[in-house]
Amino acid sequence: MNETDIGLWGVPLAIIGGAIRVSTPFLLVSVGECLTERSGRINLGLEGTLVFGAMSGYAVAYQTGSPWLGVIAAAIAGAVFGFAHGWMCKLSRVNDIAIGISLMILGMGLAFFFGKPYIQPVAPDLPSIPFGWWSDLPQVQAALRINVLFLLAIVVAILMGRMFRSTRIGLMVRVVGDSTDAARALGFHPDRVRLFSTAVGGALAGVGGAYLSLYYPGSWNEGISSGQGLMAVALVIFARWNPVSCIWAALLFGGAGALGPALQSIGVTQGYYLFYAAPYVLTLGVLIATSSTSRAMAGAPGALSITK
Amino acid sequence: MKAGRKDKAAIGVETVGMTMRFGAFTALDNVSIKVKAGSFHALLGENGAGKSTLVKCIMGFYHPTSGQIMIEGREVEIPDPRTAHAHGLGMVYQHFTLVPSLTAAENLVISRDDAPEMIDWRRENDNLESFMETMPFRVPLNQPVNRLAAGEKQKLELLKQLYLGRRFLILDEPTSVLTPAEADELLGMVRGLTETGALTVLMISHKFREVTAFADEVSVLRRGSFVGGGKVSDLDHADMAAMMIGEKELQKTAERFGAVGEPILTVNKVRASDRSGLKSIRIEDLTIRAGEIVGIAGVSGNGQMELMEILAGQRPYSAGEIRVENEPFSATRAEAREFHVRYLPEEPLRNACAPRMSVTENLAFRTFDVNDAGKTRFWIDRGRMGEAARELIAAFKVKTASPESPIESLSGGNVQRAVLARELTGEVDLLIISNPCFGLDFSAVAEIRARIMTARNAGAAVLLISEDLDEILELSDRVLVMSEGAIVYQTPIAQASVAEIGKHMAGHA
Repeated sequence: MNETDIGLWGVPLAIIGGAIRVSTPFLLVSVGECLTERSGRINLGLEGTLVFGAMSGYAVAYQTGSPWLGVIAAAIAGAVFGFAHGWMCKLSRVNDIAIGISLMILGMGLAFFFGKPYIQPVAPDLPSIPFGWWSDLPQVQAALRINVLFLLAIVVAILMGRMFRSTRIGLMVRVVGDSTDAARALGFHPDRVRLFSTAVGGALAGVGGAYLSLYYPGSWNEGISSGQGLMAVALVIFARWNPVSCIWAALLFGGAGALGPALQSIGVTQGYYLFYAAPYVLTLGVLIATSSTSRAMAGAPGALSITK
Repeated sequence: MKAGRKDKAAIGVETVGMTMRFGAFTALDNVSIKVKAGSFHALLGENGAGKSTLVKCIMGFYHPTSGQIMIEGREVEIPDPRTAHAHGLGMVYQHFTLVPSLTAAENLVISRDDAPEMIDWRRENDNLESFMETMPFRVPLNQPVNRLAAGEKQKLELLKQLYLGRRFLILDEPTSVLTPAEADELLGMVRGLTETGALTVLMISHKFREVTAFADEVSVLRRGSFVGGGKVSDLDHADMAAMMIGEKELQKTAERFGAVGEPILTVNKVRASDRSGLKSIRIEDLTIRAGEIVGIAGVSGNGQMELMEILAGQRPYSAGEIRVENEPFSATRAEAREFHVRYLPEEPLRNACAPRMSVTENLAFRTFDVNDAGKTRFWIDRGRMGEAARELIAAFKVKTASPESPIESLSGGNVQRAVLARELTGEVDLLIISNPCFGLDFSAVAEIRARIMTARNAGAAVLLISEDLDEILELSDRVLVMSEGAIVYQTPIAQASVAEIGKHMAGHA
């Protein structure tokens, strides 16, 4: 056995590394969606926001040479989409789910339209921090090369958890999400709170997109997203609307997603495409296992249109 | 900033010549009432008499067409609820305004105008604890509100107002969602607060018993006008009823007649889990015979709601069996039709109606899919549906603008009448009822109870689940008490004693 061949140990290692790499966009999008849903709206358009964020981040990074400016541009683009969603839902007789789906299509369409010229050029990548310096094994080093955005996402998730518990703004978002009438009675403006919650959620989704185009896989093309924006909505339910649980949910999901490539790396090629379905099967399995026919979903915001 | 502790004296409020018109309709006509500081004042009136309009004018939700509000003898302008709050006026609504998923402590802190940006929970909890010390009652602070019983929620609503430093409190039918025991406890506490001079209370109520037991003074409204009032000690129920309903005749509960027949419903050793999934429902043996009303009393949240759901097929049960006319019964539409089982669930608009469908359609829910031969039909006969609906609307005096209006546009009493009309039409062998008179004014209550009695006299077996003990005692032939998910006591009405029933309801027997 030579120094760099670690045999079957490569599988869990690749899964851990993959979990961290793959989970980052899931985490960013789901934490953002968590905020939006806690305020009582569902933004299904995040897939479009994510793709547009990926495109705009990549384009700005290429034009300016700075990946960080790209991330900021993606956040702004995402916030604009969020604002659009929040503003339109404020109008009477407008349904947040329908608006979300149309914004998803619009976002992707605009991204493909404006993104055409950027498919060829190469933009600078986001930096990552090598947490595997202590090991000689290249596999360990590769697995523990962690992107700054992942750490940022974790910090955001933890801060958001704290915010919901012990800040006025956090309680206000929860009140608005739980009962529109109670929120009005307390003198809050539900539409305004939802507008900003959706905008921040959109910004986080935009950053998630920038991660895709600027780090992993690290280029802009039309197939860049494989439904992360949509799956993140399921992840929020899975995480029971708790931003800290979103971290574990995203890691689990990312790890399951890394199963296919990891097995492939040790030569398992049978049923290769089936392993790509692992995260979805896992999500379905967990949702079924934790469901109950007689009890309402614990933690679901009361004003959410799907739980009403 | 210690809300609730700065100035503790109660304040007096007076309305002078209050008039409120909505278009051509006069909801309030020159109403002047005076609520003295530190008194417990009751505001009586039937539904639509203008009570809510009056208090909404006081609280600044409505702007009266003319008239003034005086606080402590000074005229004040109240353009919005915020201003009312600033003057120390508060209101506890009929429906809960607490945020269900937040804990009691979170609800209290967020309701404060000066809630801090960063909440230091240790300090807030200490403050709340010391606030609770000064109160005559307490509620668990760290439980989400949706896990509290109705009585506790209502206490928390009240605590919230006191925590916010309100010194004049309007209670809008505060006991409509409480059991008699909870209601007495809550009103006793409120009474105590007024006696110490910390609070003035204006309570909207339908219930004479509560008014006589707790209020000092009463004002009665009828069709928007002030028709009388005075010291409660000078008035009896008949005087108040006369003022409230005017010359209208009350429907007396029908006489009881007929003999008790065969067992219709038998529930044997049924086990199910309750709403929270933590406790179990255990019904050992429950038999209802033809021609009797069996009343199930109990404090809310002791499994009555679950029992109703089990009988209506909405809640699965893990063991035991339910039989109707000696056949297994699983509450399917076909079985309900075959055995003539009818339901009147609580909150009928939510549980027994499609709110946005028309009155006609809602009235046809039992029959729209059967033809004359009793077979399933494919095409709906709208003409006949409309005809049947018009007959039922007339027979049950359902007040609706048109048979085609959505049923949600009807008042509570009329929704209940419409559902009763549907459920009591045709042959009825078993009638299962839950809290039929919640929140209805008392002429509607009398009429609905009479209908139930008529069904019994016609030979139906009636199961009446109610949290209103007076209702149980008025209607039942046998009284059962449910506590902690089981039937713990039963007695024929002739030997029933309120004290004994109360003891079993409270679980101290």
